[in-house]
Amino acid sequence: MAIGVRNVTKRFGDFVALDDVSLAIPTGSLTVLLGPSGSGKSTLLRVIAGLEQPDSGEVAIFEEDATGLPPQKRGVGFVFQHYASFKRMTVRDNVAFGMKIQKRPKKEVRARVDELLELVQLHGLADRYPSQLSGGQRQRMALARALAVEPRVLLLDEPFGALDARVRKELRTWLRRLHDEVHVTTVLVTHDQEEAMEVADRVAVVNHGRIEQYGKPRDLYEHPATEFVMTFVGPVTRFEEAYIRPHDLEVQLEPNGKYRPATVEKVVHLGFEVRVELSLPDGEVVEAQLTRKDVERLELLEGQQVFVRPSRITAPREAAPGATLPS
Amino acid sequence: MSAAQLASRPVRKDRRSQAVRASLVGVALLYVVVLIVAPLGGIVYYGLRSGFGAISDTFSQSDVAHAFYLTFLIMLIAVAVTTVFGVVVAFVLARDHFPGKSLVSALVNLPLAVSPVVVGLMAVLLFGRGGWFEPFFTAQGIQIMFALPSMIIVTIFISIPFVIREVVPLLEELGMDEEQAAWTLGASRLQTFFRITLPNIRWGLFYGMALSAARSIGEVGAVLVVSGQLQGRTETATLYILRAFDQYQAERGYVVALTLAAFSIVLLMTIEFFKRRSTKAMGR
Repeated sequence: MAIGVRNVTKRFGDFVALDDVSLAIPTGSLTVLLGPSGSGKSTLLRVIAGLEQPDSGEVAIFEEDATGLPPQKRGVGFVFQHYASFKRMTVRDNVAFGMKIQKRPKKEVRARVDELLELVQLHGLADRYPSQLSGGQRQRMALARALAVEPRVLLLDEPFGALDARVRKELRTWLRRLHDEVHVTTVLVTHDQEEAMEVADRVAVVNHGRIEQYGKPRDLYEHPATEFVMTFVGPVTRFEEAYIRPHDLEVQLEPNGKYRPATVEKVVHLGFEVRVELSLPDGEVVEAQLTRKDVERLELLEGQQVFVRPSRITAPREAAPGATLPS
Repeated sequence: MSAAQLASRPVRKDRRSQAVRASLVGVALLYVVVLIVAPLGGIVYYGLRSGFGAISDTFSQSDVAHAFYLTFLIMLIAVAVTTVFGVVVAFVLARDHFPGKSLVSALVNLPLAVSPVVVGLMAVLLFGRGGWFEPFFTAQGIQIMFALPSMIIVTIFISIPFVIREVVPLLEELGMDEEQAAWTLGASRLQTFFRITLPNIRWGLFYGMALSAARSIGEVGAVLVVSGQLQGRTETATLYILRAFDQYQAERGYVVALTLAAFSIVLLMTIEFFKRRSTKAMGR
């Protein structure tokens, strides 16, 4: 186990940021702390790094108690949402900073910086200043800088949060590949569930200072432990007292015993995926997610009468037993 | 409304606003010329009028030399002290939260609001005969009043705000990300200060130091009260100017005044230079 958090509580004034949180992060994994803003996920990461002191509880890094250690002595690499580039240093000096502090020989520093810049695809930009880099390049530089001191764990606080959608997507794919190459235990904080699903080995869903569920991305999606996880991880729509995923709603044109009648209210084409809003006879609105092919086959038009049935109900474990498949 | 009217309207409005702007510029220029350039010109004129002979005569006076020595000695000490403690206070005000913080940040500006004569009076009440600290220093055999220590103390008091006022907003704008990044890379707090924070606040700090220096050199009221104006002993350059006029040696007074003014102008130009560097750096 690379990181052990035991019964950590942290308050800011009256606000409880972390409420008796415990978490064990396995060595070599890429774990995502996922939650809405203000949920406490960043505070948890900062407590692990030693940038915040917990009011109570313990933090262990590789089975050693680190609760009282300052950030300098924890062997963590930290990447900030807004890059935290040293703006008066070149890219090379930024990456070399930690090694210079360790007083490593100049030759070694130079070689290692070149190697890292190659790894984060910034070779050739070594003599630029951070202000001359794009956001994505700055964040890759920050990553190289953190990796330069060979941290035992790498902590990333919303690393792609300040980047535009396309760069975000590129970088998270790249980060996942990098992790598969470098294998350093990594914890990433994000509010973006898609990002979490794509990069994580394991996801801890954080809400109101507590961990709602901790597991593999697919388990969270298919077997959410709480209603919060169900609604936060993946899209969800209500169908007759139960939550379903919009893509689990089957739509057909012919009546059939188990199907309910519904009226097509709106068809929104999002590319491959088509979002269809339907209203049930009692006025309830339900959302279905179909593929373009399905919609073309059914020739769906607004105002049209169709018949719907959920193929699967994703009920949270804590939900009332009444929430079963409607017959 | 015709198309021609529509087209002409913004032009007329433009002309009116141009006239307003031109007269505003005129007022500003007049204000600066009458209140700043004219007196400066007067000093330059009177200082140089008596020719090189008077200038060399003034500087050959031993009490003039001593007055300049004292002025610059006090300035150096006051700038050093207000710089070191100013940075410490600025850090606390920008980074820490504690009860009474807003009171402290208001108190820091107090020296700007209090008359220097009152500052001198406060020093007399603390260190003068019967003052709170007087018995202690007398017992140690250290003379504070009518001597260099009290002059340094009041000058420091008066120069306190400048470095703090420049550095606090810089630190607030910088935030702690860079510093915390340095910590996680193994840098101690001291290493972080010298390698990360100081280069970031450098130009603003120099600007504050220059203001502090200018204020120290120009100080007269507080020093007048505490120094006792002992010729050749506790007389600074500004005090010398006062005495020169009292004793009908106006020419020497003009020369010393011109020297101080020249130094202040050089300092001012340096300040402007720092200010530009600073704003340029923050704009990146």
